[in-house]
Amino acid sequence: MSGGNGVQRHRPDFAAIAGWINLGSSVLDLGCGDGTLLRYLKETRQTRGYGVEIDDTSILKCVKNGVNVVQSDLERGLSGFEDNSFDYVVLSQTIQAMKNSETIIREMLRVGREGIVTFPNFGYWKNRVAVVKGRMPVSDNLPYEWYDTPNVHLCAIADFERFCEERGIRILERKVLTNGKPVVTLPNLLGALAVYHFGNGRQKK
Amino acid sequence: MGGSSTDLDSVIGTSPDGRSVGIVTPRSAHFDEPLTLKGGAIIEGYDLAYETYGTLNAERSNAVLICHALNASHHVAGWYAQDPKSVGWWDNMIGPGKPVDTNRFFVVGVNNLGGCHGSTGPCSIDAKTGRRWGSRFPVVTVEDWVAAQARLASMLGIERFAAVMGGSLGAMQALQWTMSFPDKLRHSIVIACAPNLSAQNIAFNEVARQAIVTDPDFHGGDYYEHGVKPQRGLRVARMVGHITYLSDDEMANKFGRQLKNGKLSYSFDSEFQIESYLRYQADKFSDYFDANTYLRITKALDYFDPALEYGGNLASALARARAAFLVVSFTTDWRFSPERSREIVKAVLDNRGQVTYAEIDAPHGHDAFLLDDERYHHLVAAYFDRIAAEVKA
Repeated sequence: MSGGNGVQRHRPDFAAIAGWINLGSSVLDLGCGDGTLLRYLKETRQTRGYGVEIDDTSILKCVKNGVNVVQSDLERGLSGFEDNSFDYVVLSQTIQAMKNSETIIREMLRVGREGIVTFPNFGYWKNRVAVVKGRMPVSDNLPYEWYDTPNVHLCAIADFERFCEERGIRILERKVLTNGKPVVTLPNLLGALAVYHFGNGRQKK
Repeated sequence: MGGSSTDLDSVIGTSPDGRSVGIVTPRSAHFDEPLTLKGGAIIEGYDLAYETYGTLNAERSNAVLICHALNASHHVAGWYAQDPKSVGWWDNMIGPGKPVDTNRFFVVGVNNLGGCHGSTGPCSIDAKTGRRWGSRFPVVTVEDWVAAQARLASMLGIERFAAVMGGSLGAMQALQWTMSFPDKLRHSIVIACAPNLSAQNIAFNEVARQAIVTDPDFHGGDYYEHGVKPQRGLRVARMVGHITYLSDDEMANKFGRQLKNGKLSYSFDSEFQIESYLRYQADKFSDYFDANTYLRITKALDYFDPALEYGGNLASALARARAAFLVVSFTTDWRFSPERSREIVKAVLDNRGQVTYAEIDAPHGHDAFLLDDERYHHLVAAYFDRIAAEVKA
């Protein structure tokens, strides 16, 4: 897909993102789906900005949602956007479906001051149980069968943090959620959904 | 480049449907105030032919201007009482319940200066001399057209358009509006456009013009006085243009290598269906279109380049724009490819402007903007819903 977001967006995901976004700031939402998040941010945080989306149906829904959207394939990068042109670049439940996950994270930090990424945590215990039982997990956060999934790069919280550490990406904040509720203990085991806020510069030890 | 042939024909061949604006009557507006053109010439007074559909609301907030493409006119929707086949060239887009809904919007179609459908142009009579303008009619630009359209708007009591909309050359006018009169439109609908012509585009235009000016019946542009028309040149010009409006795939699907008479004759008669189609279209076009107008319109296309005065920086040119943009391109349009539309989108983004961009996967090439395509029409309809909510139309 590289954009189209088949996953039903959940409010907790949105609220976590909105909580990090300053009033009146500019937001670029990559793989914005039907534009619900942008509309929500516009209403709750008075943000301005655009969505980027590849899917025709989603583009139409964005227009109906009254948000600005640019039809584009994220796999081709963000060449239509200048350096540092947004306060935040959001990639909500899309990174796991991208072929060039690393490139897009770099592009997010080129185009925006800060990035926000959300993804289903593959380390969540229910996913682990499915794998132990010898099956690919299918759940609310991973609602696809193996043969029709857009997800090509699933990762666990531990993987993502290691990825950021190795690439000098500074994690500013993290929220881990299960059924919309925050998870504090053993997040990589008990968290179904990960929400990260990051910026440039090595993580402080 | 624009409003062309295949599409015009398919539209014209259709009988008016229940969602048509119905019978319409063209009108004419006269302007006495001289207009100084970009090229330096001054037109002392002029007429613009126009049509309107729908009703201007009390707030005068629901007006939509439709700018025409190359060979089109002010006759955008509906049909003429004396000729039910004379359906407007964008009738599938404009009308009651259509994407540009005339139940909500007051739609204005206008024939540009230099045109041959009722506005002052090379084939009209110059009051000063009592003769047709002919070769003396000046070169006109997109900026000039927009300036003239703004005067028509004032005359109609429209201070600010809800939207200015066009495809191809019409889209260039919609784009120019945002720079010439940033406060006089809320939305600019830019379909199948480019911020300027490529060398290849200009080359095609030059072939078309050369075909016309080298026709023995051209007489330096004053053919009216000789009682002839450079029809052969106009035919060739039309054929060249027409080829560029269609995609290779579309032509292959429609004609392939089908033969006209079932077998080859090894002669220079038209043997393939595509040849006879082009000849037919060219004949029709050369009957109703004026060669001098064609020359001037292709020149206006060549000259259009808002970034020129800004060292080639389109974002700088668009910095003064205030409108929100809807930019639409078609994947198989090789004359004005999606990449060219992306240049416009990027320039708006660089200015932090409001823009929505859609790339419609349609097989028809440049002409797609005139055809019925569900995704395209739904998108435009949804965007106009947004405009309607904004202007309380």
